[in-house]
Amino acid sequence: MPKRVGRYVIELPNRPAVISWGTAVGKTESEGPLHKEFDICYQTDKICSGTWEQCESKLAIDAVNKALIKAGKTYEDTDLIFAGDLLNQCVASAFSVKSTDIPFAGLFGACSTMALGLALGGISVDSGASNLTIAAASSHFCSAERQFRFPLEYGGQRTPTAQRTVTGAGAALITPKGETMPKLHAVMIGRIRDLGITDANNMGAAMAPAAACTVIDFLRDTGKKPQDFDMILTGDLGLVGSKLLLELLQKRENTDISAVHQDCGNLIFDIEKQDVHAGGSGCGCSAAVVCSLILKQLMRKELNNVLFVGTGALMSPTTSQQGSNIPGIAHAVWLTSGE
Amino acid sequence: MKPSPDPEYAKMTKQASPPSKKVQNAAKAFLVGGLICCLGQGFLDLYLYLGIKEETAKLAVPITLIVLTAILTGLGVFGKIAKFAGAGTFVPITGFANSVVAPALDFQSEGRILGTGAKMFTLAGPVIVYGCSAAAVFGLIYYCFVL
Repeated sequence: MPKRVGRYVIELPNRPAVISWGTAVGKTESEGPLHKEFDICYQTDKICSGTWEQCESKLAIDAVNKALIKAGKTYEDTDLIFAGDLLNQCVASAFSVKSTDIPFAGLFGACSTMALGLALGGISVDSGASNLTIAAASSHFCSAERQFRFPLEYGGQRTPTAQRTVTGAGAALITPKGETMPKLHAVMIGRIRDLGITDANNMGAAMAPAAACTVIDFLRDTGKKPQDFDMILTGDLGLVGSKLLLELLQKRENTDISAVHQDCGNLIFDIEKQDVHAGGSGCGCSAAVVCSLILKQLMRKELNNVLFVGTGALMSPTTSQQGSNIPGIAHAVWLTSGE
Repeated sequence: MKPSPDPEYAKMTKQASPPSKKVQNAAKAFLVGGLICCLGQGFLDLYLYLGIKEETAKLAVPITLIVLTAILTGLGVFGKIAKFAGAGTFVPITGFANSVVAPALDFQSEGRILGTGAKMFTLAGPVIVYGCSAAAVFGLIYYCFVL
């Protein structure tokens, strides 16, 4: 049974295993530094003949299918799926899952959705409520642009602090046992932080305080130090947010995580060459990075202790236009390598 | 309810955020914007040379630029030029044309009425509203003091 440790951390004493994972990404991501790590690399963002929203659903189901095939599992074997995306009413996930007949819980955690899915998935398996849970998240540059920003062909310039929504999806299969596979050691549902950022083109700055809060809470509750982890992986603060996270922790909490810190938004693209401004963002960003590079390295034991802190900006175009602040959230998942 | 902002964090954010390259952007905008104006002048000279009346030719020039922008937007080229040029393509009539064509294309998937028809002026609408309002105000001033 999941057990509360300290104030916020939820330990999973049975150590549910992530037995399989799958990813599918679009063109820019396929041209990025992680292209060899992804399962399916589309050479276009127009993945299907339908709408951009349908293209995103296709990415999501591709990732789920890939993960199931690798584990030799089927839709019928699956007890639960926690999936989410950035679109209104989580339609990308709902439409991708509808033909699978798997019991579905749609999640909205903005870019933190993958961490939220892994956390809830871990709890569901550890508590015995599920024998096989899928956690999945997706985003698509084109569907996000038309919902949050401008029409695709609109000619304009972005500010250097803007991040590019990743066209990609990731899915992970969580089961009670899986000897050598990566384990979920503990998870933490984050608290909302709002330090007054209103610039929708600077999501990193909006999310960094939440990431700092979650990292500090997690370390305090578990009695760990940053160096106890091989990696503290935030997703996805990008260049600006990463800088602010390190600074916040240093200045206000006297904690230095710079030696072990990585960020999914910085890893997925070659920021200089690919002209992606401050890096990647979107639910698909941390989903694609964690469900490829990170879980593979945990499986190979190149990494043994990873604190994955998924970050999200909880805003909508409406609240932004009304001038409201952008609250941030961050959920943590402690991943360890198998026996 | 708006929580009190954190002035120290606002300062940190400002320092951590790289600024736009203002001088470089202005130079590019000046160059491309100027080129578009030269292109317009070129069309005007061409139309006059072809024997079109000056009044008609002056009307034909913006129409030509609008059609060209619409075609380039549809081909996906305009966005790339605009990314380089910034205000250089945004300020002339090309920016207006693009802001109508882009949503019209993008929202085709929501149908002719609620998609293309309704969304076509989401970006250009404010320009029309405030452009017409400003014209009316200045027209009134002109009427009162000059005529």
